[in-house]
Amino acid sequence: MLQLKNVLKTAFKSIFKNRMRSLLTSLGIIIGVSAVIVMVSIGEGSQKQIEEGIQSLGTNLIVVFPGASRSGGVSRGAGSFNRFTFEDVEKIDREAALISAVSPVVRTGGQIIGGGKNWFTTVFGVSPAYFEIRNWELQDGEFFSERDLRAKKKVALLGKTITDELFAEQDPIGEKIRIRSVPFTVIGVLKSKGQSGMGNDQDDVILAPATTVFYRLKGGRHVDMINASALSVERIDAAQEEMRAILREAHRLSPGDDDDFTISNQAEISDAASETSRIMTLLLGSIAGVSLVVGGIGIMNIMLVSVTERTREIGIRLSVGARSIDVLIQFLTEAVILSLSGGVLGILLSFIISIILNRFTELVAVVNPQIIIVSTLFSAAVGIFFGFYPARKASLLNPIDALRYE
Amino acid sequence: MENKSVIDVRQLIKVYQVGDVAVHALRGINLTVSAGEFLAIMGASGSGKSTLMNLLGCLDQPTSGEYFLDGVAVDALSKNEYADIRNQKIGFVFQGFNLLPRTTALENVELPLMYDRLHRIKNPRQSAIESLERVGLGDRMDHIPNQLSGGQQQRVAIARALVNEPAILLADEPTGNLDSRTSLEVISVFQELNSQGITIILVTHEHDLANYARRIVELRDGIVLKDKLVPTRKNARKDLEVYKQEENQ
Ligand SMILES: Nc1ncnc2c1ncn2[C@@H]1O[C@H](COP(=O)(O)OP(=O)(O)OP(=O)(O)O)[C@@H](O)[C@H]1O
Ligand SMILES: [Mg+2]
Repeated sequence: MLQLKNVLKTAFKSIFKNRMRSLLTSLGIIIGVSAVIVMVSIGEGSQKQIEEGIQSLGTNLIVVFPGASRSGGVSRGAGSFNRFTFEDVEKIDREAALISAVSPVVRTGGQIIGGGKNWFTTVFGVSPAYFEIRNWELQDGEFFSERDLRAKKKVALLGKTITDELFAEQDPIGEKIRIRSVPFTVIGVLKSKGQSGMGNDQDDVILAPATTVFYRLKGGRHVDMINASALSVERIDAAQEEMRAILREAHRLSPGDDDDFTISNQAEISDAASETSRIMTLLLGSIAGVSLVVGGIGIMNIMLVSVTERTREIGIRLSVGARSIDVLIQFLTEAVILSLSGGVLGILLSFIISIILNRFTELVAVVNPQIIIVSTLFSAAVGIFFGFYPARKASLLNPIDALRYE
Repeated sequence: MENKSVIDVRQLIKVYQVGDVAVHALRGINLTVSAGEFLAIMGASGSGKSTLMNLLGCLDQPTSGEYFLDGVAVDALSKNEYADIRNQKIGFVFQGFNLLPRTTALENVELPLMYDRLHRIKNPRQSAIESLERVGLGDRMDHIPNQLSGGQQQRVAIARALVNEPAILLADEPTGNLDSRTSLEVISVFQELNSQGITIILVTHEHDLANYARRIVELRDGIVLKDKLVPTRKNARKDLEVYKQEENQ
């Protein structure tokens, strides 16, 4: 064994003398490491985003749609009790003990004119309870009240997207807009919620009193959906059962009849979304895995290509008296130095890429320390193995065979 | 002391196995070389000169036979001891120089000292510098091989072979890649070293060059054909002077 100092000195000399080769070798590791870190970070980032998106839908949320969940048997025609009415909502509000808030949702859409521009969007007719149920907050102005609801006032709350589109340079509060030519007064602007877990823009929306939308815009046909909040997450199933019983009574269903509506809750919705995001992370993870393997193959290539030159070098070293072990230690040291520096540079690069992604694109990358360790170890292992293995083979040759190697 | 043999080889045989064919490169070489000798090995191409040199230089192992180097039975040694012998007792000069590329002359010469595990050489850097000065390259120490002429590269290789004070200097066609004037320069370095007491074995094709040695051994088909002393030994330094004068006229 030679002195460590000499070994390190020789390794560094050799690395700097063969700058191009060293750089290419490290490059394989740099790219491998950073690709994996970035890919997995994007996966984790979007998973987090999806989770936040689901949170923004409102906690303890219970959603009731018309129509049976399993469409077995005869389908019911319009006019039977498969739509909701305001009475249904009021009945729930009065009777349900496990529900903290309930709101009808009357949905329509169409052309909005305001601020001299126009825009197509969705209008939700709701009650003031809806703000609490769906976690809407005000950016500016005020919510409408129960009185506004009863008075069928033509007032509207604008989502962030619409505000930006119609009133970019102007305070929208107090301005008039026309929803399908019906004039409304803007009384508030909603705080941005961003993308939902499913990827649609939650801020492209107008909220108005359910009664106004129901009678003025939809001509009094039906309530599309009921949203409610359970008192607590733990009792969400009980709350759901309670609502089911109340609605069955309201719709006069006999005990043998199927529900003519479908109740689902936050947990079920998030399960579906989590499943989607899990698949996406898996997908990104496998892409990352592939790029790691590709990076590994790159490292392998360069290591193997440099073997011819290195075998001659090994021959020269052996011929002047190096033992096999000396050669091995030298090569292992070089490989470790190259892989380590490549790994560190790869981590730095991945941080830079993540910052760029977070700042300039819609992708969110959350760098996870575990994946840094795993990918660095893997790349280093590949670099060391493919740098070391050919060197080991050469170091076991007779010096003359190593010198003659082509 | 003069008669102490540095190399003593008995019935040395080397067979290369190439596929099904066995190539008998050496068929039983007997050779004794005393300290301070300057031996030239000659012979037709394929007669086994390089094979013999590689065995003498412990770069390769014989199929059978005995080899005593400086009194030690080399064929009984382990791989590591072989490496140590190469490091301590042998200086080898190749036809193709075999210098490390992108590495200065000085660093190339220092290379064997890196593996000097007994620390025989007390001051490696100083010894390397002296060794380069001995071959007349004191002013080229920081040059890398492709900044040097062929003759200079070969002299760096000779300096490297000398740096660990070997018992014997082996040179396999060291002038094979050089023109006649440069060859003469290299040979004169050998003569100079020999006059300082270093034992030298030189392989060459050229009778002209062989006559600068003291003794000529001729191989044919892997055996020693002739072994004779040089009757009228030539002096490379003088001949080089003549050469230079002719050039100047
Ligand atoms: N590695 C090898 N594998 C197989 N055969 C070999 C090998 N090295 C040498 N030989 C054979 O051994 C014989 C002697 O070769 P060697 O190189 O010793 O000749 P040489 O006298 O040095 O020739 P030259 O003057 O051309 O250098 C030749 O027939 C050659 O083909
Ligand atoms: Mg030869």
